[in-house]
This record gives sequence, C-alpha cells and structure tokens, in this order.
Amino acid sequence: MPDHDVLVIGAGLAGQRAALAAAEAGVSVGIISKVHPVRSHSNAAQGGINAALAEDDSWESHAFDTVKGSDYLADQDAVEIMTQEAPEELLHLEHMGVTFHRNEKGELGTRAFGGASAARTYYVADITGQAIMHVLYEQLMKHSEDVARYEEFFTTKLAVDDEGNCVGAVCRNIKDGSMELFGAKAVILATGGNGQVWQPTTNALICTGDGIAQAYRVGATLMDMEMIQYHPTTLAGKGFLITEGARGEGAHLLNAKGERFMETYAPNKMELASRDVVSRAEQTEINEGRGFEDGTVALDITVVPRKRIHEALREIVLVGIDFAGVDITKEPIRIKPGNHYTMGGVKTDVHGRTDVPGLYAAGEVACVSVHGGNRLGANSLLDTLIFGRRSGQDAAERAKGRPPSNPSQKILDDEEAHLKSIIGREVGSGRRVSEVRKELGATMDKHVAVFRDETGIQTALETVRRLKEEAESCYIDDRGTVFNQDVLGALELGYMLDNAEATCVGALHRTESRGAQYRTDFPDRNDDEWLKHIDLSMNGGSEPEISYSDVTMTQWEPQERTY
Amino acid sequence: MANYTLKVRRFQPESGEGPYWETFDVDLDPTLSVLDGLLQARDDEDGSLSVRCSCRAAICGSCGMKINGQSGLGCKTQIGEASEWANREANGSGETAPIVVEPMGNMPVLKDLVTDMESTHWAKIRRVTPWLLPEGDPPEREYIVPPESMIDVTQSMACIQCGACVSACLSMEADPDFIGPAALAKAYRFVGDPRDAETKERLHDLANDPHGIYDCTHCFSCIDACPKGVAPMDQIMRLRRAAGNEGIDDVNNGHRHENAFVNIIESKGTLDESLLLQESFAPGVKGKLKPPRGALKALMESIPTAIRGIRSGKMRSLPKLIPGIHPKLPDGAQDSVKRIYAHAEEHKIELNLYIKGEEGDEDAPVAEEEAVPAGQVEPEPDEGEPGQGGAS
Repeated sequence: MPDHDVLVIGAGLAGQRAALAAAEAGVSVGIISKVHPVRSHSNAAQGGINAALAEDDSWESHAFDTVKGSDYLADQDAVEIMTQEAPEELLHLEHMGVTFHRNEKGELGTRAFGGASAARTYYVADITGQAIMHVLYEQLMKHSEDVARYEEFFTTKLAVDDEGNCVGAVCRNIKDGSMELFGAKAVILATGGNGQVWQPTTNALICTGDGIAQAYRVGATLMDMEMIQYHPTTLAGKGFLITEGARGEGAHLLNAKGERFMETYAPNKMELASRDVVSRAEQTEINEGRGFEDGTVALDITVVPRKRIHEALREIVLVGIDFAGVDITKEPIRIKPGNHYTMGGVKTDVHGRTDVPGLYAAGEVACVSVHGGNRLGANSLLDTLIFGRRSGQDAAERAKGRPPSNPSQKILDDEEAHLKSIIGREVGSGRRVSEVRKELGATMDKHVAVFRDETGIQTALETVRRLKEEAESCYIDDRGTVFNQDVLGALELGYMLDNAEATCVGALHRTESRGAQYRTDFPDRNDDEWLKHIDLSMNGGSEPEISYSDVTMTQWEPQERTY
Repeated sequence: MANYTLKVRRFQPESGEGPYWETFDVDLDPTLSVLDGLLQARDDEDGSLSVRCSCRAAICGSCGMKINGQSGLGCKTQIGEASEWANREANGSGETAPIVVEPMGNMPVLKDLVTDMESTHWAKIRRVTPWLLPEGDPPEREYIVPPESMIDVTQSMACIQCGACVSACLSMEADPDFIGPAALAKAYRFVGDPRDAETKERLHDLANDPHGIYDCTHCFSCIDACPKGVAPMDQIMRLRRAAGNEGIDDVNNGHRHENAFVNIIESKGTLDESLLLQESFAPGVKGKLKPPRGALKALMESIPTAIRGIRSGKMRSLPKLIPGIHPKLPDGAQDSVKRIYAHAEEHKIELNLYIKGEEGDEDAPVAEEEAVPAGQVEPEPDEGEPGQGGAS
C-alpha cells in the first residue's frame, strides 16, 4: 500500500502548490492525478493573477473589489488573507521562473481586469495559467525525491476510518486498471470544478466535480453550490473561452445594432463590470431581440491596437481562427455567456480544512469562500495558489502529530466490486452513459443558468433525480483493464449528478438574486434573509440536508452594487 | 452537418492481437474537430475507443495524434478540412477517402490512440534539467530583466507538451536517443531566461551530447506539427547560435560544420560540396596547415557517407566533389549575397511569435520581412533543392 503523510488528489495549480508546500514542511507527499499534471484545467486561465503589489495599490482595495464582486457573500476574513498574501505569492512564482510580462523598466507589469479598481492583474501573454502550472511542474520534477507523482491515477473514493478521520483514498491506475488503497495522515482535494455538468461549458472534459461529490459522500459539507459563474465571452455552441483580458485591453461588446450596450447596464465600468453583471446584460440583449439570430452578441477586439493583440492576446487570435474561422484582429467575434466556474464547493476554513478531520480542499473544489456569489477575473489563480499553499502547510502540520494511517481493506474490496459490477453490466441493459450525460448538460444549461426561476429549477431537479436512478443501470462497452476510460466515465457521471442535485437544491432554496444566482421570480438581493451561506450535507440520507452559516464580515457592510 | 468516415488505427493490448483498422461513420458540423468525431464514435458506437483528451481547445495538449499522416492535435484539426485533405491526397480514385487517424509516432502505443509519453517524451524533458537555476538567494522583489527577454522565452513557454513535434521528428526516427524538439525547446526556455545562472553549463551539455542540438537535421517537421507556434526547430537554432557565441567547439563538430555552410555560401553563393567536409573538419588555411585533432580520422570516416550520398542521388554528380570547378554566381550576384550577410549581421532580429507586426501595417509580419530580405540571387539552374544540408 502506498503510504504518505500528505496525499494530494488533483494536480492543477492548487494541488501542485499544496504538494510543494507540504514537501517544504518536511513530510512525505504523494500527488495523484487522473490526467498528467500539465493537462489539468488550470491551463485554461488565460488572463492573469491579481495582486496588490504596486506601490499605489493596496490589499484593502483588492479585498473590497473582491467582496463587492462577490455580492457580499464572500467571507471577508478569507478575502483579507488572500489579498494580503497575494504579493508575496506572486513574487514567489516569479522567483521560481514564471515568465511574467515586464514593463519598460523590467519590473512586473500589469493589465486591467473586470471588477477591479486598479490594474493589478499580472500575466504571461494570455497563457498565464499554463505558464504558472508548467513552472510548478518544473518544480515537481526538481523535487521528485520529495513528492511522489502518481500520474494517470483515478481516485474513486475517499477512505475514512472508524473515528471519522480521512485516512487515504482508493485509486485506479488508469494504465493497467489495478486498484490501490493509498494511506495518508491528511488528504488534500484539489480536483477542480464541475463545469461538465453544464453543456456547453468552457471547462475541460475532466471537470466533472469528482472531489466535490467524493467529499460530500464521506460527510463533508458543501456550500453555496447554487453559485455557478457564466462567463460573458464564450464561443457560441462550443463554449470556448475568450479571455476577459480582451476587454481588459479595451475590446467592446456590441449588440446586433452595433450599440455598445454596456452603457445601459454599467455606465462607469462598461465592459469591465463584474462577470455576473456583464453576462446578465448580454443575456438581456439576446432575450429582448437585440442580439444576433444565433443567440449571440459581438465582441469587437479590432479596437485594440494590432501589435498589442499579437503580443498580449495571441491565444485568442488562434482560438478565433481555429474554432470560429474569424480573424479577431479584423472583425468582431460572436460570443455569449457560457458556464465557466464553480464558486461553491466543499466548505473549508482559511486553512483548507473541511468538516471531515484530515480532509482538506483547495482551489475550485473548495468554497472558503473568497468568491461568494461571483468570482472576479484573475482571482481564481490566486485562490488556488494561496489556499493550495495554506492547505499543504496545515496538512503537513497535522500529519506530523498523527499516528500512521490504517485505512480499511474493506473500502478497497468494495470499490473493486463496484467497478466490476459496472464493467459487468450487460450491453443494452439500460441507457448509455453518454446519453444520460448529455441530457444532464442540456437540462442544467436550460434551467440553471444566467436567469433562473422556481419552475425551471424544479424541472431540472426532477430530471436530475430521474437521471440518478437511470445512471445506476447505465452500461458501458469496454471490458478491459488498460486505459478503460469507459468505466471512469460512468463514475464521473455519478459525481456530476451529485453536483447537479446540490446546485438545484441550493438554487431553489435561495429565494433572492445575488451574484450569479439571478431568480426572475425574486429579482432583488435580500440581505435581511439571505446574507448567509447555504450548507448542504448528506447526513446519512439520500437527499441533501439544508442548513445555514453566517457570512464572516470584518470591515465592509453590504452596499448597493453598481459598476 | 455532414457525414465523415474516420479510419482509426486501433490496438487492444489485452486481445493478444496486433493493431488493426476500424472505420467509424460520424455525423457532425464541418467546423467541429477530428476529436469531436472520435468522441461521437466513442459516445454512440464503441466506448472502448481510447483517446486522451480534455480541454478540446488546444491548451491541455492531451490529444496528440496523426491525422492523414500528419502529427498534430485532434481538437485543433477541423474535421471538414481533414476530410478535404484526405480526398486531395487520394485524388482520382473516385471513391471518398476516409480521414486516417493514428497514434503518435516515436512512442510505444499503450492502447488505440494512447501512447506511452512517459518513457519517451517526459524522459527527454527531464534530461534537460527543466527548472530554473538562479544564482544565490532571490531578490526581495522581482528579478529585473529586459521585457523583450520574457517575451522571447514565452514562445517556448507556449509549449503544451503535446508531443506532436516528437511524433513528427525525423531525426528521432533515425536516432531514438535524440533529445528532440520538445525537450530542446524547453531547454531554450532556460537558456534564454536571464534569471538562469547556468546558461554556459546548459549549452556545453547540449552541444557536446551526441544526441543534442547538433543532432537536428533542419527538416522543419516539428515546426509543421506544432499546434502552438512554438517552432521547436527555431529554438534549437537559437541554442546553436548561443553555443556558437559562447565559443563552444563541440566534440560533434556541429558548430564548425555549421560555419562551413555559412562561409562557403558567403564566398560562393551556392554550396560547393567539394569544400564542405574539409571546411567542416579543418576550416580555413589555418585548419589546413594545422588540422585539429581527429580531423583526418573524421574526414576518412565521412567517406562512406559521401559515397552513400552519391549513390542515393543526394549528391547528383561526381564532378561536384572535384575542388575548383564549382560554378560562380553570374554577374555581380555574389556581391548581393555579401550584402545579405552584412544586412543580417546588422539586423539580428530574433523572430518571435508574440511580435508580429507594427501598428497600421496591414498583414505585414514586419520582423520576418526585415530578417529575410528579398534576395536577388538567381538559383543555379542545375542545382538540386536548396537547403538539403544542415548539420547532419
């Protein structure tokens, strides 16, 4: 049995940062990932990372922007920690080798981003996430002796002992199909978000909410699961992301009449209002007939100087050409709001601890909450790194004081039997996994998206519960052991359905509009009743049990939110 | 929507059978990708069809594969274009040609389109000490470096480690130990980074390794294959220039061989093959008077290669090997060649992916135009293809 002090599950930015931090604290670390680490979805973060590093900027300003952006649902103590520690983390990345953009003096240079009162986004062209993640992987290779990598291992279940401590996980080695029980004194989930629950989405195929569901199933609390971000600029139909950096560089949003419609919705910040605000504005234009026939509006990047486009937005020049057949340097590109980010997730404190002792969560899988009802652009990379590091450090400290872990062999036996039963289902005995997955995606995008109402969410919830039943008998084709992606797809479907149910329950329950949750039947924010988190837990039942927790306030009272 | 046929090279390791071909008919919009086609086949027909994939947007680097023989990413190749291309290749047969999909080359296949990148690609990446080695403790704030240097190395940072260049590399096919395009592009990311303090050591290491920077034959396959414009071969050439500037006289004779090309063209305009070997091993008058150690032996060892070259038609005529009869360029063309050299010396512009054009300048890749001025040289009528050489 592979055994480590700290076991990290997921190897995007949060996971790699956690592993490096834990190793630095002197404990033995293993990192598991269902894809090779550099394939992780942190790659997709194009625009940059926020930090109040400049002399004329302050963490208070960054924190206020974040709190306001969150529609006051973020926990302000966590936001303070994140924004205070941001400059040091950014410099740490620079020292490790990230090739950040420089100004003429050779110092770190910035760009503007949505919802921010200062240009505090540091970046590498429009491959910031990729550049940081590849540099972290360089460090993992450098520290191979301190961090064992289990690349292409799929975690199927977390192991909890009789006293309720998380003590490891069961994983399937994708290359040969063998199942292994990993022991650990602390486990850090860094498995990312659940974008694949919606179709289309900007998220990668691997973003199936595995960690959220796995934590939930062993008793961890989920928080604010209704808060799902729709990004304002995604390619229609395919869901590909056009970075907010485009608007940061000055691009305009136009309706079909050629009007710069953000003047109506956010006269001050215009295109750089918060994402929820811009997405709603676009969807309103589209719904009221001022969009294009294909249900889109236009993003006009031609107003940005060409030299600057090539230098700073090269990736989306390629996306335009390869995936839309449009040269963005010459003509506007059709875009619409699309599923993008999971603000909710596994409830943690500022050290990444969940309600299950020994189980941590960091990054998109977690809900600290620093994003509340709406995440600001370029705050997600920051979140992964700050809380990845903090989780790694705290998990290492915990591990130092714990006896060796002793996960029960029965968990492994049960999981092996479970996978065997899926593989053994007769072809044609139920629906295909892919069919159920597609129905789920379409349902959620239709009913639990930018605008929501009770009837729609109720419909979605009923559909999800039917699909959960159908998923129990879904069959697959692959009977093999080597790279059996089919059976993993069946497991992912189960995780996605748990995520979807939690989101529907939260969205139905929160009878107000805040951040990404906009209820057409309750169009106003209601601080008297709803300035609180919605917590969901399993508590032995099959349906989520609802409770509430307070939003931590330190210095910013809720105000009306205008941009 | 349109119908396409994908002909996939499959391999099921547990079946005990060898690889086989299977065709899948799919129905999708021509602007969707070959990967979308494969996923449709997997979703609707056969869930056991294995392919690594994640982002669908050419950023994760999972879905490297060969499509109609060309290495690239499945998600970045439009299925409509791939089909047109397959049919152009198969012109005249009258039947509709399928899109041929195969696993990447130069790597063992694990299953279907899934290859073992760990033992090949990643092992080579680790070979180049792929992490920053700065000197001493970091500064209190950031390292202060020229802004251009960061833009410069960002081209190799843009690499997503998909392995398409490795799959396409002809040198690696001949020499599996070649460090290869991806790993060498990664190496440039450190050599070009002013924060790295081990530049010299890195260059010595890569120049003197017989499978290092001089093992590349300039075939351009990696540039064609790279879905991100990293142009790995360009990065290898930058490493060579840096090694040359560092004065590294490598044991592979790579640097002198390269200089031989440069010097012969400067004085003759076209490649005088009778001079190539002697100039490579014993350059200039000085080299002839006092040949470097091992030059004579190396020259002798080159003879079989030269004979093979003549036999295979790479060198088309024996007289080309007789010194002194190489034709001169007509009129004053040689002066134009010298002017090109002088211009290139003055304008040492490194092409860069991120610097493409100037404001208000329609369609002009300015850097490229400046770096490659239009030559007025007429090609020699009976010459073979230019640029066959390279340090081989």
